[in-house]
Amino acid sequence: MMTRISVTVDGSTYSDEVEPRMLLVHYLREVVGKVGTVIGCDTSNCGACTVHLDGVSVKSCNLLAVQADGHEVSTIEGLARDGVLHPMQEAFRACHALQCGYCTPGMIMQSLDVVRENPTPSEEEIRKGLEGNLCRCTGYHNIVRAVEQGAAAMAGSRTADVMAGE
Amino acid sequence: MIPAAFDYLAPTSVEDALAALAEHGDEAKVLGGGQSLLPVLRMRLGDPSVVVDLGRIDALRGITDDGDHLVIGAMTAYVDLIASEAVREHATVLTKAVEEVADPQIRHRGTVGGALVHADPAGDVAAPILALEAQLVITGPGGERTVPASDFFTGLFETAVGDGELLTSIRIPKHTGWGGHYEKFVRVVHQWSIVAVAATVRTEGGTIAEARIGLTNMGLTALRARSVEQALVGCEVSEAAIGAACASAADGTEPPSDLNGSADYRRALAPVLTRRAVLAAAGG
Repeated sequence: MMTRISVTVDGSTYSDEVEPRMLLVHYLREVVGKVGTVIGCDTSNCGACTVHLDGVSVKSCNLLAVQADGHEVSTIEGLARDGVLHPMQEAFRACHALQCGYCTPGMIMQSLDVVRENPTPSEEEIRKGLEGNLCRCTGYHNIVRAVEQGAAAMAGSRTADVMAGE
Repeated sequence: MIPAAFDYLAPTSVEDALAALAEHGDEAKVLGGGQSLLPVLRMRLGDPSVVVDLGRIDALRGITDDGDHLVIGAMTAYVDLIASEAVREHATVLTKAVEEVADPQIRHRGTVGGALVHADPAGDVAAPILALEAQLVITGPGGERTVPASDFFTGLFETAVGDGELLTSIRIPKHTGWGGHYEKFVRVVHQWSIVAVAATVRTEGGTIAEARIGLTNMGLTALRARSVEQALVGCEVSEAAIGAACASAADGTEPPSDLNGSADYRRALAPVLTRRAVLAAAGG
């Protein structure tokens, strides 16, 4: 039995017939074509498939696509604007926070969730916030630095927006 | 990994969910937040022909103050429980335990009721529910019934919730002024507890007046450490005195042996973690 779902992904609304057993990550990659979201462990451990559902982070391998019906999903592919990287993406690049890069889409989406909860996280809060994301290359130090730098850049751009508004 | 095929129902009321369960019987599986069920389906440890998703029943979400109890809807997500000042004030051991569940992404989706009905002995919600002497409200075709936490967990992944029934809410007697702590021992931070201890205590002038202890992963279900609770009454808040009272924490338990530790290792851990949990809960 197929089920019709309507999901907003990175600002565009998609309506599709899916099998109820289809995982959200498979829907995003194979139906919508958002291959920026990757499948790492497929056991809900590694966090590589992290996306935002209605603004908060979830592991898209641990959700059915039908559970996202009527909801809004944001992926790594929706972050850059007009070819300009999001400040958190830019911070990951600048801090060399990736080697193979496979965990990076999930790391960046979870880093944004950390900053959503706390715009100025401490190193410890960043490490705790990224507990559900595994990186097998970097040893995490540069990732933590990138989140600090990305958070500061996001705070700076908000300040700039406010000043521009004034 | 892809689950076996199933039909999907997403009722918007408890009545409709019960009707779906009545129609499909033991072919149906209830989906809460899905953070335990999805791995089970993907690994094909279970292959129900119908999945009944409770995620669209708003009435099952939220925390209300019912005078001397807090009432937590079964579909309340961990993140909402952690954010609740009422739970932190009146059932602090539950807040502390839920803060230790898995990782942030899982805490956004996972639900308190889902974890209780899943009844994994290594899960982090059962021990504080036992320690707080909560009441579990189960709704079935004939209406509601209430089961004390001590009778809720009946075996490995088994509870008092029968076929055709749902856990709908958790009633927690307010433990206002009680301290609480959850001491979790894990190898990898977002993995299941090797052993963990939920302690909630009431102190009077540097002495423990009452204590309730729940043990995680020391048997087929979460357990109360009743001998420790009795030994702690009248105990002064000091490491030595509390340590002595907690020495019997593993008595009568039959913990599992697995890759993370042998049963003997767990028996050695339990008194140590209980001492730490009680000391922290008592502010020592």
